[in-house]
Amino acid sequence: MDILLVEDSPGDIRLTVEAFRDANPAVHINVVRDGTEAMAYLRRHGKYVLAPRPDLILLDLNMPKMDGREVLALIKADESLKLIPTVILTTSAEEPDIMHSYRLHANCYLQKPVELQGFEHLVKSVNNFWLEQVRLPQQACGQ
Amino acid sequence: MRVPATEISSLDVLLIEDSAGDVRLAREAFRASEKPIHLHVVGDGIEALSFLRHEGTHKNAPRPNLVLLDLNLPKMDGREFLAIVKSDASLNSIPMIILTASDAKEDVAYCYQHHANCFVRKPGQWTTFESVVKDMNKFWLFMVELP
Repeated sequence: MDILLVEDSPGDIRLTVEAFRDANPAVHINVVRDGTEAMAYLRRHGKYVLAPRPDLILLDLNMPKMDGREVLALIKADESLKLIPTVILTTSAEEPDIMHSYRLHANCYLQKPVELQGFEHLVKSVNNFWLEQVRLPQQACGQ
Repeated sequence: MRVPATEISSLDVLLIEDSAGDVRLAREAFRASEKPIHLHVVGDGIEALSFLRHEGTHKNAPRPNLVLLDLNLPKMDGREFLAIVKSDASLNSIPMIILTASDAKEDVAYCYQHHANCFVRKPGQWTTFESVVKDMNKFWLFMVELP
């Protein structure tokens, strides 16, 4: 399983990677730190020419260069990329952010917990639900 | 003002399902939920659209926080319903979970293409159906921020 984590905070990157290592060692997390890099990765531009197509994208909203809202809009307007489930993972719990993300076809919206334990619980839930219960498009396509 | 998901006293879930057996199993699974759920059930896509658009007998229907959608339905099937709702600017923010017996890769691809929020396969035996609904509840009603 490949996850693309689009996140600029080094602390949150570390927390997410470590929590996934505990929840499911079979998950490989690729990290990019802003929206421009995320699109280059997904479109396999430049150094990402051999990047695997992720099974799931975890996307922060507030990032430098191109923010998560713009990345989400680009993913969900692309005929091929829009099939990849994109989960918003952000500190914001503002109604306009939640509403706007669902309107842009985010697959779900999660608020980053403040405490370490909450973070671990959230990652475990994402793993249990999205990677073990949900039928993902790539699995269905046998890729 | 939006109320955080954890503080909402009751959530409205719309189940679009024509199998009486599955409706019953879903009702039981939702009843066991720790969160008060108001489960609304309709049996086909046409009625589901009336519900979302507050038409006819559904004049006072609430806007659901979450929709569970079967694919194979009479009159208007789940695929058509999904495409209509997700291209309607006033309805497309409502999370829609596909819950179906189908495992056809064409269905999975179609649903993500048309912006289903996720695709969950209905298991065969009822004990596992119950656990699927329970796990789905645990994630969507307790972890996710709903619009």
